Parts: sequence; structure tokens; C-alpha cells
Amino acid sequence: MSAAYVVRRVLLFFVVVWAATTFIFFLPKLAPGGVNSAGMQSMVDAYEAKFGLNKPLWQQYLTYLGDLSHGDFGYSLMLYPTKVVDIILVSMPWTIGLLTVSTVIAFSLGTVLGGLLAWPRAPQAIQYLLPPLFMFSVVPYYLFGLILVYLLAFQFRVFPMSGNSQYGVVASFSPGFAADVVYHSILPALSIILASLGFWALGMRAMMVSISGEDYMLFADAKGLNARRIFLRYAMRNALLPQTTTLALSLGTILSGALLVEVVFSYAGMGAVLFRAVSGFDYFTIYGVVFFIIVGVAFATLVLDLVYPLLDPRIRYSKR
Amino acid sequence: MLNVLRFLRQNPRITIGFALIGCMLLFWLIGNATIGTSKAVPISAPPDLPPSAHYPLGTDSAGRQLLPVLIAGVPLTLEVGLLAGGVGLLIGAVLGFTAGYFGGPIDAIIRTAADVILPIPALAVLVVIASTIHTLLSVEIMALVIASLAWMYPTRTIRAQVLTMRNRAFVDVGRLSGESHLAIIFRELMPNLLPYLAASFVGAVGAGILAGIGLEALGLGPQDKPTLGMTIFWAIYYGATLRGMWWWWGPPIVILVLVFLSLFLIAQGLDRYANPRLRQTV
Repeated sequence: MSAAYVVRRVLLFFVVVWAATTFIFFLPKLAPGGVNSAGMQSMVDAYEAKFGLNKPLWQQYLTYLGDLSHGDFGYSLMLYPTKVVDIILVSMPWTIGLLTVSTVIAFSLGTVLGGLLAWPRAPQAIQYLLPPLFMFSVVPYYLFGLILVYLLAFQFRVFPMSGNSQYGVVASFSPGFAADVVYHSILPALSIILASLGFWALGMRAMMVSISGEDYMLFADAKGLNARRIFLRYAMRNALLPQTTTLALSLGTILSGALLVEVVFSYAGMGAVLFRAVSGFDYFTIYGVVFFIIVGVAFATLVLDLVYPLLDPRIRYSKR
Repeated sequence: MLNVLRFLRQNPRITIGFALIGCMLLFWLIGNATIGTSKAVPISAPPDLPPSAHYPLGTDSAGRQLLPVLIAGVPLTLEVGLLAGGVGLLIGAVLGFTAGYFGGPIDAIIRTAADVILPIPALAVLVVIASTIHTLLSVEIMALVIASLAWMYPTRTIRAQVLTMRNRAFVDVGRLSGESHLAIIFRELMPNLLPYLAASFVGAVGAGILAGIGLEALGLGPQDKPTLGMTIFWAIYYGATLRGMWWWWGPPIVILVLVFLSLFLIAQGLDRYANPRLRQTV
């Protein structure tokens, strides 16, 4: 991996973040607004002076960038005087935890399943998984969530219906609380995993099929290598690369789906915060959450892109 | 006609996909003719009723009858998808062909713009736009807003396809025989990419519907229209799952799953048709 690649990739990350913040700043200003009744004008003027809204737009923009750079998103309109950044910092770990765990499980399980689906020597029974995987992969996560809540929480009360821990229990680092959190997270995680498993499995299966026609596969077979080694080191290893690219490209979609899953389960992550902010037109919270979502996805993509050359030796050698 | 039939027989995925879409259109047409959508508004029936002979799919907490809601919602959902997917693909095709065919600085600008915007989660930006203009939001405006963020993927993939074709012999022949750039794009490149563009279109329609439903489920859809996503939003808002009112959110999910399934099948079928190498892999 060359230094130039790293620098360019990191620069792109900052460009993405800058583009997103600029967009969040200017877009609402373009919307029609203003007050109609005449008596309100003096009040509007007073407020505009107080919050600096009477300054030229570029000056407001610079102030805004300055505020953002030290994490100041202003105050929540609904929960005044709570700062937006505090609301987000409380909810963010929940989202990151739920999303990371379920995506890692779905990605690795789906990749292995997809590999086995396309492997002629795998047990035949595994082929029965294909139709359900195919069906599940077209259902958006949160719709899956609704179905799971109804079946497993309402009909057969196996899992809790909503929330991220027992109501009224104070968060702590005790085994009991951890178990409670896991128990509450199973259904939301399950809806993400089941709905995205098929996506990874089908992609991997297609990749494995095209790889199985390659000369090196035939050669490995002719050399008499054992099946396990051919499967893991020759087929899976090579099919994994495009799969990783897909993961980097789909992070945004996955996160969007996961945010809506949180809404369905009233899971106290950023999705639920966004849902409440949208219903209450709490604009500063909306912008803050959106900013964190964009930075988070851009950062995760950056990490994946930097790891990718380590996975793919061809890229590493060509750059050296 | 016979040709069409043979095409459909040879491409079962496309056939099944279109049949499913056809079923949905039939549901809408028959529903409109027999039941109508006048009862899809609040307080047109007693609230919270399970399905019965009188209210075939029950009613929601605001007193909407849910069968008329579905009849009104199906065409709105398809409209969002077609409009957002169509406009998104159109922008993507223009940019993709321009970047791939002309190359140089134009290519660099378009490619960088697509690369910068692509990793930004569309839903996040859509939420900002939709919450800012939520009072003016109609089905059409929402579709156009979605389209404004749906062009990057088509741009990238079309550009890549054009790049592989740009230096083929038949393009050189066209160029040497004095055809204009536009003629080469439309007469030499476009026909070769048609099945591919069709597949991208279907993919874009699916993505458009998904984005629309996502916005609506957050409560950011057109407020006065009973779209399928708004129905799901109200169901979540009024805790329909916790109250066991499956008839409220169940049928919209069934319809959405069928829509996504049919689009997926059509896109896959078109892919297979456009790329014969995929066919042997069944």
C-alpha cells in the first residue's frame, strides 16, 4: 500500500465530510420561510441579531464550521437546554453496537453460506436454504422487524417487544445488565441478520460460481490438493475480495435500514432519536444525527478501503 | 407477438416478475372500480376493527378502512419508484455516457463527484431535505428529491460499461465514417447497452421505492396521501405491533415484498439476458 494512496483516500474522507456539512448548512436556508404577520417583525429581528442570523451568509457558514469542528451542534429544540451532541453521544454506542455485531454476523455467515451453496462437494441439504434466503433478501430490515416483533414478542412472548434494556434499570457494567441488553438486542439484530444474510450469500455464491471456472481451480484439483484446502484457500479467499468491496459500498444502505429497525423496536439508538426529532421538527437534532451518520459511514468506508489492499496482494504489489 | 411469447418463455424470471407487477395493477384497477378509495381517509369507519365481512382488511386507529388504503397506496408506491428510478437513471445515463465516452477532465469531475456523494447514506440527506420542505412534499416532489440522490450508482456502472466499448472496432468505424459524437453514443453504444440500461432502470426503481418507503416510515412522506410507507409509519406510531393489529401493517408489507421480489426477478432476468455468461451458472 503506497503512501500516496493512503493520503488520497484520507483526503477523500475529509471532502465527503465537508460536502455533507456544507449541504446540511445551505439546504435549509434555501427553503421558503419567514414570518408574515407584521407585529412579529421586531421580535424576529431581535432573535436574528441574537443568533447571528443577520450576518452575511458566508460569515454564518464560517461560524457554523467553527462550531462543528469542536462538536457544537447547538441545542435540541424539544429537550432544551440539552445539547444535541449529548443526545447523540448517549445514543451512538447503541447504534454502533447493534450495527457492528449484526453486520459482522450477517456478513461472515452469509459469505460462508454463499460459498457452500456454490461448492459442489457441500452437503446437498444446504441447497434448501436458497429459496428462503432469496425471499428474505428482498425484505427491508425494518419490515422484517415488524413481522418478528409480532411473531416472537406478541404471539409467543419469547423476546421483549421494544427498548434496549428493562425499563427503569440504570445502565451499569454488571453481568446482569449486559445479559439484559443482549436479550433486548436479539430481535433487532435478528431482523437485520436474517434480512441481509441472503444478500451476502447470493453475492458470494455468484462470485464462487465464476471463480470455479478459473484455471487455477482446475490446476489445484489436478494437483490433488484436498477439498478443504481448495475451498478455503483457493475459492473462498479469492471470492472474498469483491464481497469486501460490496460491503464498503453498502454501508450507507445497511445503516439506513438499521436506523429504521431501531424505530420499529424503540431501540434507544440514533434511529429512534432521529424518528423523535423528525416528529417534533427538532431541526438541530436532525442535522446533528445526520452529520454523525454521514461521518460514521464515511469513516467506516475509509477503514475498509485502507484494509482492502492488505486483503488483496495484487493491489499491494502493483503499488510498490 | 410470437417473439414476445418466446422471449418470456426463455426468461422465466422476467415473466414471473412482470406477472407479479401485473397482479398488483389488476388489484389496483379492480379495487378502484369496485371499492374505490374514498374510504381511505380518517374517520370513515369505526377505529381499530379487525377484518370482517363489512371491513375486509379492518380499520386503523384513525378510522381509515385499510383495503381502500392499499388500493390508493399501490399506484403511489409504483409512481414514486418509476419517477425516481427513471429520473435517476436518466441523470446517471447522461453523466455516465459523457464521462465514459469523452474522458479527460469531464470524466475526472463526474467521477469524483459520484465518488464523493456515493458513500453518503442517501436516507440521511433525504431526511434533511424532506424535513425542510415537508409542507410542500407531494408524491412527485418526493420522487424527484430521491432521484437527485439516485444517479451516482448508474453513473459509475454505465461509465464503466462505456469505457469497455469506447475503443471497440465498431465505434472506431463509426468515428472514421464521420458520425458525430451524439450519433455514436445513440446509434453505436446505446443499442448495445439497452438490456443493461433496462436492468439498471429496474434496479433504480427498486432503490427509489425503498428510499421512498424509508422516508415515509420516518413520517416524512406526503402527509395527505395514504402511501404504503405512511401506513407503516402510522402503524408504528400507534404501536400496532404491540397491540396485535397485524391487519394494519401486514398487508402493506406483503405488497411491498411482492413489489421488491418482482423487481429483483426482472432485474436478474435482464442481467442474465444481457450477460449470457451468467446463464450457465443458474
